[in-house]
Amino acid sequence: MADYKYIINKYKFIPGGLIEAYHAIQREYSYIPEDAVLAASKAFDIPYAKAYGVATFYSYFKVGKRGKNVIRICESAPCHVAGAADIVAALEKELNIKMGETTADGKFTLEFTECVGQCQATPVITINSKPYGDLSPDKIPAILAEY
Amino acid sequence: MAEEMRIVLRNLGKIDPLKLDEYIAAGGYKSLEKARSMDRKELIEEVKKSGLRGRGGAGFNCGMKWSFSYGIDSDQKYVICNADEGEPGTYKDRTIMENDPQSVLEGMAICGYAIGANKGYIYCRGEYPYVVEILNKAIAQAKDKGVLGDFDIEVRMGAGAYVCGEESALIESIEGNRGEPRFKPPFPPVKGLWQKPTIVNNVETFANIPVILEKGADWYAGIGASNYPGTKVVTLTGDVNNRTFFEVPTNTTIREVIYEFGGGIKGGKGFKAVQIGGTSGCFIPEANLDTSIDFDSMGKIGAALGSGAVFVMDESRNIVDVVERISKFFEHESCGKCTPCREGTKRMHEIMGRLNNGKGTANDVALLSRLGKVMSKACLCGLGQAAPAPVLSTIEHFKADYDAKLV
Repeated sequence: MADYKYIINKYKFIPGGLIEAYHAIQREYSYIPEDAVLAASKAFDIPYAKAYGVATFYSYFKVGKRGKNVIRICESAPCHVAGAADIVAALEKELNIKMGETTADGKFTLEFTECVGQCQATPVITINSKPYGDLSPDKIPAILAEY
Repeated sequence: MAEEMRIVLRNLGKIDPLKLDEYIAAGGYKSLEKARSMDRKELIEEVKKSGLRGRGGAGFNCGMKWSFSYGIDSDQKYVICNADEGEPGTYKDRTIMENDPQSVLEGMAICGYAIGANKGYIYCRGEYPYVVEILNKAIAQAKDKGVLGDFDIEVRMGAGAYVCGEESALIESIEGNRGEPRFKPPFPPVKGLWQKPTIVNNVETFANIPVILEKGADWYAGIGASNYPGTKVVTLTGDVNNRTFFEVPTNTTIREVIYEFGGGIKGGKGFKAVQIGGTSGCFIPEANLDTSIDFDSMGKIGAALGSGAVFVMDESRNIVDVVERISKFFEHESCGKCTPCREGTKRMHEIMGRLNNGKGTANDVALLSRLGKVMSKACLCGLGQAAPAPVLSTIEHFKADYDAKLV
């Protein structure tokens, strides 16, 4: 795994590169380690509060540990009427965790998200941003088995 | 029978989006060449004359916008493509970028020439990493071939903030900041990215540009509704048979979109409501379905075309339940910069929750109306101003659903 300091250094001379740096860290870690925010504030020469403020403003960034595979369930209106709540129940049952939690083995985290732009196939979830559409509860075990 | 007309999706299924040569063989980059042989002012006049209005939702005359940046002397100007489509139920920009990325790049380069900018950014939403890959490949191919000339394009990725669809918030995000909208004026065409003149246009707007130059402003101005000419890509979701996208002339009616293109309501059920323009759109009742989808006609019935999302609900749907869900969306997506939006979206969700759980009173409905009216005037940006639209339009048109849930 690439060290976050190494990743940050690749972006620090790009104007406005902080967000790109955070994306790159998350591609490697699936989250942003607390210490990486401090390192970013130093590398980009901005106050720690600002680096932290940016990292926590965007819902796709997560400061602090989460699971290796992030499952996001869209709960926007089109997915809501298509039965997103049933998908949530199926995922919670299959993984034996609640929304917002991570499995004990650190493999999966369940998060709500708003529209992911795959509305031709509601309801939709994404795993590490890969979309799975036209879901029904019975399709969940096979999808999870891919990971 | 209403028919599709493909302008921005002209190459869909006809070319391999990752083969620049196929785009060029289909006439690609001839418009950029033509533009560069024109006088800049003349070029902007041509775009203005086509009547093309922004396809992101605000509907501002595109050529007019360009003229604001053109008229300013500056050592640096920027072109930004807004690919942060976050309106729930919308995936038109993804469809365009996945199927014809070069047409977007060409449109941006034409804008760059027109206003005197040599640098462009595409701000693509964080939900579409696979689109970012396509864009980066397309840009690399265009650079290799030299078709963009001295115009440089870079892709930046959003990170799940709906508010970044607002152009000044988007600019803040490219600068590496929290995506909070700026106070206006100055507007981005005057002072935008790093305080330089910046044109921000939507993906669909840029994809129209090469065709307008190829076929002429008069040709374009003659398509669809005269005050909002051209086509619109609409995406159908909800209780409709064909959950897919269509590109239709702007004088197509809502009824044609739902019943002809959409194939009508699923399961033979009755129609109840349609929300157009995404989650910030108004709910439209049966009585208004014969309205044409163009920007101004929609405005006349108190609605908006917005992003072109068409979310259909059948007679079995409870409007209060759907609107409560929508009010949660806005509470979550409010950036928190201005008080009317930060507090308003929170209280709106709270009251909607009370109503949906059967614990609300007529007083709550009156309070919602008042709060909504204040927010639509007092909020800093379009997010907060539009957030009450679903609430206010459903209280107006679907009052019975609210009454049925009162204590």
